[in-house]
Amino acid sequence: MEITDAICSFCGSLCDDLTVKVEDNKIIDVKRACRLGASKMLGHERINSPMIRNEAGILEEASFDSAIDKASQILLHAKRPLLYGWASTSCEAQSKGVLLGEILGAVVDSTASVCHGPTTLGVQEKGLPTASLGQIKNRADLIIFWGCNPIHAHPRHMSRYSGYLPGFFLDRGRQNRKFVTVDVRMTETAAISDEFLQIEQGSDYVVLSALRALVNGKDDLVPDVVCGVSKEDLVRLSGMMRSCRFGAFFFGMGLTQSKGRYKNIDCALSLTNDLNTQTKFVITPLRGHYNVTGFGQVCSWQTGFPAVDLSRGAPYYNPGEMSANDLLMRDEVDASLIVASDPAAHFPSTSVRNLAKMPLIQIDPYANATTEIADVVIPTAIVGVETEGTAYRMDGLSLRLRKLVDSDYPSDEEILDKIIKKVSRKGDVC
Amino acid sequence: MKCDVNIITGRTIDQGANIDSKLSSDYFNACARCEIGAEDLKTLGLSEGSHVKVSTRFGSVVVSLALCDGNPEGVAFIPMGPWANTVVNPDTHGCGMPGFKGILGSLEPTDEKPLDLKALMSLYRE
Repeated sequence: MEITDAICSFCGSLCDDLTVKVEDNKIIDVKRACRLGASKMLGHERINSPMIRNEAGILEEASFDSAIDKASQILLHAKRPLLYGWASTSCEAQSKGVLLGEILGAVVDSTASVCHGPTTLGVQEKGLPTASLGQIKNRADLIIFWGCNPIHAHPRHMSRYSGYLPGFFLDRGRQNRKFVTVDVRMTETAAISDEFLQIEQGSDYVVLSALRALVNGKDDLVPDVVCGVSKEDLVRLSGMMRSCRFGAFFFGMGLTQSKGRYKNIDCALSLTNDLNTQTKFVITPLRGHYNVTGFGQVCSWQTGFPAVDLSRGAPYYNPGEMSANDLLMRDEVDASLIVASDPAAHFPSTSVRNLAKMPLIQIDPYANATTEIADVVIPTAIVGVETEGTAYRMDGLSLRLRKLVDSDYPSDEEILDKIIKKVSRKGDVC
Repeated sequence: MKCDVNIITGRTIDQGANIDSKLSSDYFNACARCEIGAEDLKTLGLSEGSHVKVSTRFGSVVVSLALCDGNPEGVAFIPMGPWANTVVNPDTHGCGMPGFKGILGSLEPTDEKPLDLKALMSLYRE
């Protein structure tokens, strides 16, 4: 059986043109997927059964009912639970997660806090002059990649949205567009760009500010060399930005994780706003996991914030105080529920150490670093492969992921629903 | 010989393709590595594939060396993952985001071997 127009549930590009071949309820071939998508679709080794860590410190197989019971007991006895992850599951499961957070009075945070969380802070300060990826494909004649390497992280982004495909107003595709990459090292994306500006690590804010000065006609304020980049190169780039018909600025962790964090984003957004006084320019974060954008949407619908502390009885948001790593660094968390993510692999060691010493429940299709420190492990179905669900593409477009094969694993949503029923009290809305 | 570096971490396609098979040798090979330019390789007096100890004031970890011609002198890249996170800066600067890039540290030759994922994670349960 061939399934056409299947959506890839790996990265934030949500490519929706895959053809998947299924035989005997197993995916045996995937056409048009990149290496990342194909590796996910074709499958990896799974967690076979729920597990509970015994007194000897060994994970022992258990029934779903007993794992859910144990998880519920851990959460009910916690005073400062952290519900973290959510980037690789459906909006429906995310919605259940926020509800569980409300019932428990928990902190609910997503992987965005170690990814594009600073982007959200920047956007809250300056707004987001953006466009759909379709608009960019059809109109953008200048593409800037700043602190990102889509050839590695979003391998089909350039061929589907930002580079090679002819657009409605750009009938020669790549020949109609200029690529510029700004990075601290020569990446594969930089190597195929028309221009590459190599800047000193941690100098993004300064270089962006110099470009703002040039775009606003304050050339005299810019010195001959700015953090490794000559004024001549900056003048040429600012000229390209001002003279294009439609510019698109994509950025990644090079901005959000470097010195300046959200202020880098603030500055990039301000530059985009400046450029819009002279031409049309849009800016879009390259979001990593396929539904990290969805979590921001869901949590904002339900609580008003893209991550939330519900311990006060009312939603509270203050990144830097209630973000997962800040809580863990202060050793405040006394139990955690990790859904569809792997903080043990992606948090600094201080956070992982504090995560490991308290009860940890993991809900995930795959064994990973977090499994090694988990006390309860509940395996689930893969959204977009074994179960359907809604996800948001990096530009905010919602798409319905399809079920491609049958599975005996329950969905994240079903497991969360059972935990909610166990921990809710009379009067809770569930 | 010791070599001072500015460490950045980030995604690679090999890391991403094995993100759901973290206990595999492919994930280990993709992440337990440090990419540096030819000048720094020369300073260390090592060749590709040699083991190197990465140290910062936040921790240390042993990984394999890889040559990356795109890296300027003094910049070391470690793919995001449990090995990189041993040496990153936990300070979130008040916005929730730890310092995954721009960590000052050093590289030095070592006879130690990189720990596999299970061995590395078992240190957190001690």
